[in-house]
Amino acid sequence: MIIKQLSVFLENRAGRLTELTGILADNGINISAFCIADTADFGILRVITGKPELAEQVLKEQGFAVKITDVIGMIVPHKPGGLHKALQILTDNGISIEYMYAFASADDRATVVIRTDAMPKTIDVLQMHKLELVTAGDVYQM
Amino acid sequence: MIWNEYHECMERDQLAELQGERLRQMVERVYFNVPFYRNKLQEMGIEPGDIRTVDELQNLPFTTKQDLRDNYPFGLFAVPQQDVVRLHASSGTTGKSTVVGYTHNDIMMWSEVVARSLTMAGITKSDIVQVAYGYGLFTGGLGVHYGAEKVGASVIPISGGNTRKQLQLLEDFGSTAIACTPSYAAYLGEALIEEKIDRSRLKLRAGIFGAEPWTEEMRAQIEKSLGIKAYDIYGLSEVIGPGVSMECGCQNGMHVFEDHFIPEIINPETGAVLPYGELGELVFTTVTKEAMPLIRYRTRDLTRLHADRCDCGRTLVRMEKCVGRSDDMLIIRGVNVFPSQVESVLLEMSETRPHYLLVVSRENNLDTLEIQVEVEDQFFSDEVKELEGLRKRIGANLASTLGLHATVRLVEPGTIERSMGKAQRVIDNRKLK
Repeated sequence: MIIKQLSVFLENRAGRLTELTGILADNGINISAFCIADTADFGILRVITGKPELAEQVLKEQGFAVKITDVIGMIVPHKPGGLHKALQILTDNGISIEYMYAFASADDRATVVIRTDAMPKTIDVLQMHKLELVTAGDVYQM
Repeated sequence: MIWNEYHECMERDQLAELQGERLRQMVERVYFNVPFYRNKLQEMGIEPGDIRTVDELQNLPFTTKQDLRDNYPFGLFAVPQQDVVRLHASSGTTGKSTVVGYTHNDIMMWSEVVARSLTMAGITKSDIVQVAYGYGLFTGGLGVHYGAEKVGASVIPISGGNTRKQLQLLEDFGSTAIACTPSYAAYLGEALIEEKIDRSRLKLRAGIFGAEPWTEEMRAQIEKSLGIKAYDIYGLSEVIGPGVSMECGCQNGMHVFEDHFIPEIINPETGAVLPYGELGELVFTTVTKEAMPLIRYRTRDLTRLHADRCDCGRTLVRMEKCVGRSDDMLIIRGVNVFPSQVESVLLEMSETRPHYLLVVSRENNLDTLEIQVEVEDQFFSDEVKELEGLRKRIGANLASTLGLHATVRLVEPGTIERSMGKAQRVIDNRKLK
């Protein structure tokens, strides 16, 4: 139920992100989803990919500070109130979200990547409420 | 083990007598052979023969780096050029380089003090010494080289840089000791990990590091990463090069080879001589050097001297690790800042590598200090609040140590330039205007 997300420390410097995507491209690593958290001086790139370990290895070799982080991918209906319902469940159970990002696919579903302050509990709660979660195997198909 | 027990363990009154006699001869030599010193001494009404004991040293004038520059290149030489067998020069990052000359006897004396130094680190003829100091105009490489040969060790004159080759020879030749700058030693430690070389394949057990200021925290880190005991050697080309003083196995300060170099600590503002134990500027008088003897040369290094007897048996005074060079000292908004203070703070926190850079600028007539710090891999968090927290903690620790607010900027690992020789720790943009 836990999926591996690749996190990379990036300085705010022109062209730095392009260098990184170039390395991923050269190594045949596909990006399924990503987001960037930015501050004035640096950013943190978070990437969902089918090959997180390979991506970690090649980026480390190129001198990036890289980390694999556990996240949860939950699937919600792509319609009004879909996200709200899922978040309400978390709030009702006292779970705080550290960060999240989402993307909708062509079908009627949207995938929400979340990291919370209580990961195992989050999984239990979501499964109890019959929310569909992304498995590591699904990541290739995303 | 002690290389020269007679001179290194002399009773102090006997040593003072030897110093006095050598000082008298040296003053006489410069008076008759160096117009610069003759003029200075005459101005002060000092005749050769007036200075007979080491206590009278404080009546003599100081020599500064500026004096060396003013007499560039050979103006302070006390022997004719045909007696000079070697020339070295400082890198000259601040103004014209300073030139130093050596006679054959000077080279012998230099080899002697370096041999004493290496013996303090336990090096004998059974050792293989990799000299990774730069060879050339810089005194580091050749200075350690001659001393190591005098000890009878097998010397590898690899010089600085070429890290892959350094690692290869450490492994293939089984070097037991290495001499280089501490920042390069730290870099080699990292390279060892990057190249996935198992420590157990190396025979390295001692490192002789000097030519730039470093901290106890940095020592611990080098000792851990290279699996060695790290010794501090001190020297400056104006006095001789490496081998002016060196740490013994007790690692309780560096023994100054006082039979050749007489140290004093002075108040840098008034020039008054300070007693043992007080912090001030280190000053050296070279009493045996022939080609370029210097009277009371102001090193700009700030330290303390201690004369109580060391457990190793040597009677030579010990100087503490330099707090910093007054050249390195930055005055930011009126506060004195040494890069070594920043290094201590970062290493104590252990979440960051000792790779950092101080950038000083001036905005709206106000000095600003930015400290760039590399984020170490295993401490990188993917949460903004964690990284911001790290940044704030570094900032707060720096503020309490420096007494000055500094902006901390986290940068990617490997982005601050690694040095093969002396580390560049400061960029002062204020000078560019």
